[in-house]
Amino acid sequence: MNDLIFFFNQAIIGGVVLGSIYALGAVGVTLIFGILRFAHFAHGDMMTLGGFISFVLAGIVAGLGIAFPLPIGFIVVPFAMLIAAGLALGIDKGFYAPLRARGAKPVTLLIASIGVTMMIQGLIRLFFGVGTYSFFDTQPKVLHRIELPFEGVTRPISFSEPQLLLVISTIIAVVALHYFLTRSRLGKGMRAMADNPDLAKVSGINTKLVVRVTWIIAGALACLAGTMLALDVSLKPDLAFNIVLPIFAAAILGGLGHAYGAIAGGFVLGFAETLAVFNWSVLLRPFRDNLPEWFEIPNTLSLVQSEYKLTVAFVILVVVLLVRPTGIFKGAST
Amino acid sequence: MNAMTTRYIAAFIALFVLIVGVGMMMGSAFTVRLLVEAFAFALIAMGLNIQWGFGGLFNFGILGMLMVGGFAVTFISYPVNMEFWGSEGPLYLGRTLLGMAIGAVLIFFAHRVQRFGITGKGRGAVIVIAWFIAYVIFRSQMDPAASYITSTAGWVGGLGLPVLLGWAFGGVLAGLMGWLIGKVSLGLRADYLAIATIGIAEILRAVLKNLEWLTRGTLTVSPIPWPVWTPQIYQANGADTTTSFILARGGFLAVVVVIVLIALFLIHRAYLGPWGRMNRAIRDNYIAAGSMGKDVTGRQLEIFVFGSVLMGIGGAILVSFVGIYDPSSYQPINHTFIIWVMLIVGGAGNNFGALFGGIFIYIVWMLSEPLAQALFNALSRFSSDMGWGAIPDIASRAVQMRVFVMGLVVTIALRFAPQGLLPEVIRRKE
Repeated sequence: MNDLIFFFNQAIIGGVVLGSIYALGAVGVTLIFGILRFAHFAHGDMMTLGGFISFVLAGIVAGLGIAFPLPIGFIVVPFAMLIAAGLALGIDKGFYAPLRARGAKPVTLLIASIGVTMMIQGLIRLFFGVGTYSFFDTQPKVLHRIELPFEGVTRPISFSEPQLLLVISTIIAVVALHYFLTRSRLGKGMRAMADNPDLAKVSGINTKLVVRVTWIIAGALACLAGTMLALDVSLKPDLAFNIVLPIFAAAILGGLGHAYGAIAGGFVLGFAETLAVFNWSVLLRPFRDNLPEWFEIPNTLSLVQSEYKLTVAFVILVVVLLVRPTGIFKGAST
Repeated sequence: MNAMTTRYIAAFIALFVLIVGVGMMMGSAFTVRLLVEAFAFALIAMGLNIQWGFGGLFNFGILGMLMVGGFAVTFISYPVNMEFWGSEGPLYLGRTLLGMAIGAVLIFFAHRVQRFGITGKGRGAVIVIAWFIAYVIFRSQMDPAASYITSTAGWVGGLGLPVLLGWAFGGVLAGLMGWLIGKVSLGLRADYLAIATIGIAEILRAVLKNLEWLTRGTLTVSPIPWPVWTPQIYQANGADTTTSFILARGGFLAVVVVIVLIALFLIHRAYLGPWGRMNRAIRDNYIAAGSMGKDVTGRQLEIFVFGSVLMGIGGAILVSFVGIYDPSSYQPINHTFIIWVMLIVGGAGNNFGALFGGIFIYIVWMLSEPLAQALFNALSRFSSDMGWGAIPDIASRAVQMRVFVMGLVVTIALRFAPQGLLPEVIRRKE
């Protein structure tokens, strides 16, 4: 039983946490791809930027001396999301809108987004250096332990408060997005535009507004994801740059342009990574006595070594691109 | 003399003036070093120009090619590690090779299982199982071999062969890698291709970083020999420190410039010939080119391999010049994105544009740091005069400015000069 709980703590909780981060990032990537038809590489750095906005706001709030039962970084997230949405609109206006107006190819926009990535990274490092920051300098990080009422179980199920908040806010964001896309006029307009931009335009949908709303949603979600990731681990300038590829992998796995697919893809990848590096021999140990003589349980029985954890996502990405480039759900393609 | 020729001459004269200016400001030893690296990057940019400029193929995995080239020159030119060859390491590696061969045979037959009447989902399942078994066989041989070698001999070591051979091998190995990547991913559309190549490059990076028995991983390999006399040899012959650096780096620069010029000559000839025209036709309209009987996939694969060869050679040159192979020093920004900036600014599709962009952007990249530092120092003086206090950590902040400058340069170029400074010229017969 203890080994099972170890498995639950390591693999299941880890997978859910990682999957939530990937899902939040991938939804933004996939929305931008669906509406604007280009792979927005700067999304990872928009996440990092969002994390830093929250960090600055949290510093201001902490300076005011107000005490909260929740992490301050989480309290300020709505405001940070507003700012990040504004910044995303500004980035679009400054760098992508002129290219789109010229009728540039999606590839040109992709290269422009690389330029934006480098500018954001340069600016973040210019102001914050290359060091690591923690949201929990002024308040402790709460750790939840749930003791199970079974006999012989000594190990509790444990997770941290930021992880719980992350999962909760992912669920809220996903449900809100679902209602927005299916019930609101604007959301339906977005889906229409993702399916057929020209048809959407002639049927009177305000495509400029749809583009703006897309950036607002993407920027806000990126900020949420970045902040939650920074709360769970720590804040550093290359926080999300390192996971922008797994995020793309999640979006492609779910089919680019599909919001629900991106969420599913994010969780699939999150679990794939944690399960691949999990040491399965832990689960075999309880059966030590029942196994045949010749079968000796190795010390490590993980599918890949833990230094290759991120590589799992890339391998899945490449395999998906080769076998089924449209993703699990059929994705948009230009 | 038409407008285009004037533009070429103006661009290269401006570049020359810039280099002379840098030389006067920063000293000759620094400038020669800058030029060696700039020419190596220009070679890499020319490789990308073949892929993107000629063929319209999106490669975001340049970093992987540079790493492979760097590994190749390390393996070929580093002195032989007798401890490894005297131990049972080669035997272990032989067994691993055997295991790989068995796995490959398994996979080969699994892909042909439909001949035995297993089709559809059954075939897919057989293929997956074959891959899994091959992976288990490989891991069961590889893991003990790796831990044996790292514990007894440290790592495999090199072969102690000439450096130029190592550069050539870098090209061959990168070309092979390019063939593999192209084979699996060239059917994809542009942005999918970008993500696939970047993913494969990241896999390569993770593998080379963690293969301690082969590349020493984070322990790094140094010193990697030079193809010409090193400063130490000049110093032993009585030259003083500065002169020895200028002479040694000058010799290195001469070798690199010769290689770049040969490459430029060959590529430009190919570009102007029927091969280049065919590739432009495929790039501009592959459907039409295909219906004219051109082998679209074959040509694209060819282009991808050629470009990768140049990138591999460039990566090898960079590693032997720096003298240290550190797999963890490769970063997407410094080794992939910057090459794209070079090509976009220089002019995609134009060989001279790639050469110009490579040298020019590398100089901008290297100069951003001291210039930003000067700017910050001035600002800092201003702000302390105003009573706001000085700017802290100017040195470390100035380093980061160059990333920002690169981003700014590429976004400005895309907006105001999307064709680059030296745009592609399409010559038509009157």
